[in-house]
Amino acid sequence: MILTIAQTSLTPLWIIIAYLGLLLGLGAISSRFFRGTAADYFVVSRSVGSFLLLMSVFGTTMTGFALVGSTGESFAKGIGVYGLMASWSGLIHSAVFFLIGIRLWAIGKRYGYMTQCEYFRNRFESPALGFLLFVILVLLLIPYLLVGVIAAGRFLQATTAGMFPDLFVMTLPNGNPHPLTGSLPLWLGSLVICLVVLGYVFFGGLRGAVWANTFQTIVFMVTGVIAFYLIAEKFGGMEAATARLLATDKSERVIRGSQIGNAQFFTYCFVPLSVAMFPHLFQHWLTARSARSFRLTVVAHPVFIAIVWTPCILIGMWAAGLYAEGGLRLPKNPDGTPISNAVLGAMINQLMHSPVLSGLVGAGVLAAIMSSLDSQFMCVGTMFTNDIVVRFAGPDRFTDRQKVWISRAFILAIVAVTYALAVYMMGDDRRSQSVFALGVWCFSGFAALFPLAFAAVYWRRTTRAGALGCVLVTAIVWCILFYRDVFAEKSAHSEDETLIFGMMPVAFIFGASAIALVVISLMTRPLSNATLDKFFVPAETN
Amino acid sequence: MSKRWHPRSGWIVWIGAASLFLLHHDFWYWNDRTLVMGFLPIGLAYHFAYSMAAALLWAGAVRFAWPRHIEEWADQPAPSRPQSPVRMKS
Repeated sequence: MILTIAQTSLTPLWIIIAYLGLLLGLGAISSRFFRGTAADYFVVSRSVGSFLLLMSVFGTTMTGFALVGSTGESFAKGIGVYGLMASWSGLIHSAVFFLIGIRLWAIGKRYGYMTQCEYFRNRFESPALGFLLFVILVLLLIPYLLVGVIAAGRFLQATTAGMFPDLFVMTLPNGNPHPLTGSLPLWLGSLVICLVVLGYVFFGGLRGAVWANTFQTIVFMVTGVIAFYLIAEKFGGMEAATARLLATDKSERVIRGSQIGNAQFFTYCFVPLSVAMFPHLFQHWLTARSARSFRLTVVAHPVFIAIVWTPCILIGMWAAGLYAEGGLRLPKNPDGTPISNAVLGAMINQLMHSPVLSGLVGAGVLAAIMSSLDSQFMCVGTMFTNDIVVRFAGPDRFTDRQKVWISRAFILAIVAVTYALAVYMMGDDRRSQSVFALGVWCFSGFAALFPLAFAAVYWRRTTRAGALGCVLVTAIVWCILFYRDVFAEKSAHSEDETLIFGMMPVAFIFGASAIALVVISLMTRPLSNATLDKFFVPAETN
Repeated sequence: MSKRWHPRSGWIVWIGAASLFLLHHDFWYWNDRTLVMGFLPIGLAYHFAYSMAAALLWAGAVRFAWPRHIEEWADQPAPSRPQSPVRMKS
């Protein structure tokens, strides 16, 4: 996400500052609605209606990748990226919300649950499973958090290049000025983003995150569409833009062709299943006022994905043509290939020359990043409070007020640790690339735990040993494939996805996880009917 | 939701979901360079329409396969709370 284009106007920075100020203001207002109970801080007293649930769930699910990554992937691989990532997600995310989200909401409401581990621990009568899941879910979330913090810092650095030529001087090893000289340093940009997110989550709890996510979702959807319209206008219209691409040697970007393989295209369907095990999404589900609140989310989610992704895919496709013509300059990887994540920023800076648009899109990208970060920080704080402190100290040891302050202390600590880790990772390009590779793999880890979430809700024969086996097998297979990919085979700067026999690795981890769950469950003693009856909604009789 | 849920209505939705799952693999547009409205590659137009079809499918699920009884079950007082470590004091 490194841009090389010097940006001397301070307008984009002022727009971003105004945006961050608005977010803090929203956090301050939301905190005035705080009712003082733990249930209000952690799950907004289960009072969120249809619209806020849709916006907060969508904002949490979409990261900065939805704007920056999708444009870059389309630049590199063409239109097939939409089918690969967006249309699968539209179908499968909604299926998960409908089939699993609503049932978990009902169980959570009936028994007053706050976290995923609490549910699984009681569902399988296994403190060991609850603790194992806690460790795995936190470990999978940390890289996800690091990716968000580092990406936000990089984006602010790229957006502010050239704004402070005397204050933040950067030079290349040969003594020449660095293309990003005069920009906000990575550590400072990341710090600002961490503090803003901390500000509205610390005081407002999950209500602050829900309100901020709603605002941020509107911002990144609107800015994406505005950027698309103005870029198309600059080409002389959408037809002219596509015609220019077709006249270049990158015309294959209008087809899927051989750019994405058959097996990869199909097995990508496993990746969106990760939403079933995202602990931060589980927490958002619990905020729903009623099951009916899910209806809008289930129906509108695929439409929202199309609204965000389609313009970005077209911009990326047109950028490939412009780059082939020599009309677009992009920074390069050490192997000489262009850095695809720089495409959206470069298209805006070099085509539009508009500081206002740069600022708006900058705010949009930060909105997409922060709308995931806030829920994740909040979720880890909630898990530490409820699954560790309250669990071991006893349910009646603390008052609600104390629980809220314990959670705030944890959120503060998690933000500090994440920031410190992010600064350490930023110090070395190779370490930084490893974090991004790990972030991609984390999705596979969450997705491979889908059989556990599905079986817990629908298969009464699932046993405690089956659930534990499923989690352990997932962890083992994930570690083996991750080691093979990141440490054993891939170069540090490779942007290509690892495939096994042309398929996504998640397909193999998922398969192993599902087989372990089914086979071990069938070989072991089922849970008592009394326990099962508590967790299975009786079938409708009329 | 005025319409009462009927098992057969649900099956239609799930058959639709299975069909949509299979229709994702649009090998017939794999190498087709046709442009829709002069600018939109047909492979992208297909998947955009696919997203809209997914929204329609889930609208059908909400209409015809909605688990109405879940709401009532969630609102009923739980007979006993299974081993929960968190108990609200207020």
